[in-house]
Amino acid sequence: MSKEVVLEIDGKTVKAKEGMTLLQAAKSAGIEIPTLCYHEEMEPYGACRICVVEIERNGRKRIVASCCYPVEDGLKVKTRSPKIDRIRKTILELAAITAGEDVGGKVASLAYEYNADLSRFTSMKLTTPMKCILCGLCVRRCIEAQWDNAIDFVGRGVNRRIALLPEKAYACKTCSYCYGICPTGRITSVGPNPPFPLVTDILTGRE
Amino acid sequence: MKEGCKIPRINSPEDLEKLREEILAKRDPNRPCVAICVSAGCSSLGSLQVVKSFREELEKQGLADKVDIKATGCMGFCELGPRLAIYPKEIFYFKVKPEDVPEIVSKTILKGEVIERLLYKDPVTGETIRKLEDIPFYKYQYRLLLENNAKIDPKNIEDYIAIGGYKALAKALFQMTPEQVIEEIKKSNLRGRGGGGFPAGRKWETTRNAPGEPKYVIVNCDEGDPGAFMDRSLMEGNPHLVLEGLIIGAYAIGASQGYIYVREEYPLAVENITVAIQQAREYGLLGKNIMGSNFSFDVEVHKGAGAFVSGESSALMTAIEGKVGEPRPKYIHTAVKGIRDKPSCLNNVETWANVPHIILNGAEWFLKIGTPTSPGTKIFSLVGKVNNTGLVEVPMGITLRDIIFKIGGGIRGGKKFKAVQTGGPSGGVIPEQYLDTPVDFDSLTKLGSMMGSGGMIVMDEDTCMVDVARFFINFLLEESCGKCIPCREGLRVLNKVLTDICEGRGSEEHLRIIEDVTETMKEASLCALGTTAVNPVLTTLNYFRDEYEAHIKERRCPAKVCKALTAYYINPDKCQACLICLRNCPSGAIKGERDIVHVIDQEKCIKCGICYAVCPFGAVEKISPPVPPPVRYGIKVKRKK
Repeated sequence: MSKEVVLEIDGKTVKAKEGMTLLQAAKSAGIEIPTLCYHEEMEPYGACRICVVEIERNGRKRIVASCCYPVEDGLKVKTRSPKIDRIRKTILELAAITAGEDVGGKVASLAYEYNADLSRFTSMKLTTPMKCILCGLCVRRCIEAQWDNAIDFVGRGVNRRIALLPEKAYACKTCSYCYGICPTGRITSVGPNPPFPLVTDILTGRE
Repeated sequence: MKEGCKIPRINSPEDLEKLREEILAKRDPNRPCVAICVSAGCSSLGSLQVVKSFREELEKQGLADKVDIKATGCMGFCELGPRLAIYPKEIFYFKVKPEDVPEIVSKTILKGEVIERLLYKDPVTGETIRKLEDIPFYKYQYRLLLENNAKIDPKNIEDYIAIGGYKALAKALFQMTPEQVIEEIKKSNLRGRGGGGFPAGRKWETTRNAPGEPKYVIVNCDEGDPGAFMDRSLMEGNPHLVLEGLIIGAYAIGASQGYIYVREEYPLAVENITVAIQQAREYGLLGKNIMGSNFSFDVEVHKGAGAFVSGESSALMTAIEGKVGEPRPKYIHTAVKGIRDKPSCLNNVETWANVPHIILNGAEWFLKIGTPTSPGTKIFSLVGKVNNTGLVEVPMGITLRDIIFKIGGGIRGGKKFKAVQTGGPSGGVIPEQYLDTPVDFDSLTKLGSMMGSGGMIVMDEDTCMVDVARFFINFLLEESCGKCIPCREGLRVLNKVLTDICEGRGSEEHLRIIEDVTETMKEASLCALGTTAVNPVLTTLNYFRDEYEAHIKERRCPAKVCKALTAYYINPDKCQACLICLRNCPSGAIKGERDIVHVIDQEKCIKCGICYAVCPFGAVEKISPPVPPPVRYGIKVKRKK
């Protein structure tokens, strides 16, 4: 039996089980925290950082990602504040660098909610938008689907992107497990033409 | 070790003492010995050739079995390498070339004469100094960890045992319980030398008490900061010291398996630690029933593929698991859930190297060195625009001024000090007004910089602070793993913004972007690479805001570094029409003839700076903003009287 933990989220006393994350605890109390790279069926990944909240412990305040941070007794959590809203707004604006302004899905609705100007950094022409925020949901979903990574991340840092591994491309044509999971609305259909470039095409500069 | 030698397995502390006595008895303290540094710095300056020449020369003079040659680790003063020490007289020579060897053998080794020209020469007074402790570079240091680098051959375990090696391990295993070892380390307040400054004893205790078996201990030698080589020198020069610390730690924590993560770019470190592990196993100091005790522990070397981010503890552990070295959320510490979700205690090379000293001499002794909150010494790699560059080990609490001006000998070429970057690329710059700050973990963090693993880059007045920030951001941009949005995209934006400012396209909006993006990166990045990446930008902006404003508002680079904001101009009052600059200009941008003042065609100039460097009269000037006064071609030269 896991222990019960009592904490305070947005002034509300919330009971949670030990081992739960702040995000899960908030959700159980009906408090919404925005997420992009999180999916309740998968392990938390902690990459998009949109779910940041402010925690206070022993009088010290910190900002943490609620999807990964475990609940603690007596913790005070704030899910909204001018600072958190500012950070979320900036994260959405930064995410648009790879995603572009023309996105759908969660990113678009959150941008509206947080008043984010998705063209703020895209106007600097830093990349060719690829309608992807590299949240890794499809990649992780693909591992789950037993295809053993038909798609995966390639490249490091700003060169990071998602690519299809040619020897497993056949799998991608028939599976639709990642369909609809994408927060930018890029993967709206899979099938004969998966929406991912082949890694070989990236390496040879054909893509 | 000589072939055919029987390896004595050590089965008790008495065995170790007996072996030590035997080794010492075999050695004649009066026998001449030449210790030559063959570590990375000196060997790239040719010290391996010097070793070879010594071998040949001694052979030739029939002294091969009368004089020892020892290839040792780094002695610190890398700039003046290859460096060698001649024992027992303790004569130290610098910048030794293979040609000097016959003279050294016939004069110094045979007759005991000192060769003046190879001694250290003070760059300021011009005097030669014979004794090491009189050389300012060494005088103010406290070489607790580095001292023995010059005395031992890192590939020979007997050298290490001879100077008291593995005594601390014997003490820990046979006179202390694991709890007592942890207590001692906790009492000593040893803090993580990798930069974070987290108390090592507390980390050990957390791992010991965390549920889960097996437990792991790890040495982090993924040093990747530009211009830093502290861990490398310890690993190359004294691998057994690190190994001994690790074994003691493993005993205290209850770990049965250790990993030493060394980057592949350090081939000598990999080689030396691999040899050290092999020898320790043969001597019964590693493996089953260490030194005849009940404690068993073994170590594996893991070579890193060179990603800077893999120095971050969770990324390093992911890499050891065989996956891509990317950090993961660490709200549950790696000390509790590390490699394969098992408790894993990771410490930096230097932290482990301190352990044998603390166990042997006691926490009380350790607390007397340095400051109460940061006891002990710290190794820094002092580089940049100082007269003496190299590895320095100082007691904590020494001021930056002492390091830069007393040990470092001040700024090169009589220039003015501007700032010092501590803590590597994610550290910050510290300006002149804080030079009297004592160096310890807390005071550097307070200034917006950090201790980091110990890089120290000194900058003079000719350094543009915006350009410095851009350089470090660019480095981090290349090294970010790209997993989280704030770090990956934040660095991309900062790099673009700083480049714009350096190239004269800056605006007030750029400063606002810096403010927003740095806040988000600092608060919301996944790992410390992202949260600290803002330090170079924030500290330069904080201490040198006027430089940013000069770039943005006046299109001027005060240090005259940013190419787009500077121009070269020939001062007509100084030009002697010597044609030198004109002949050297690679783009044919200089017009001139005999007796006619030369003029640079700004349209054609590529700003390579060759004219500036070659002009014997100092007539070529750098100007910023890049608008030279109108010059008419055809002015007659004003000859100097």
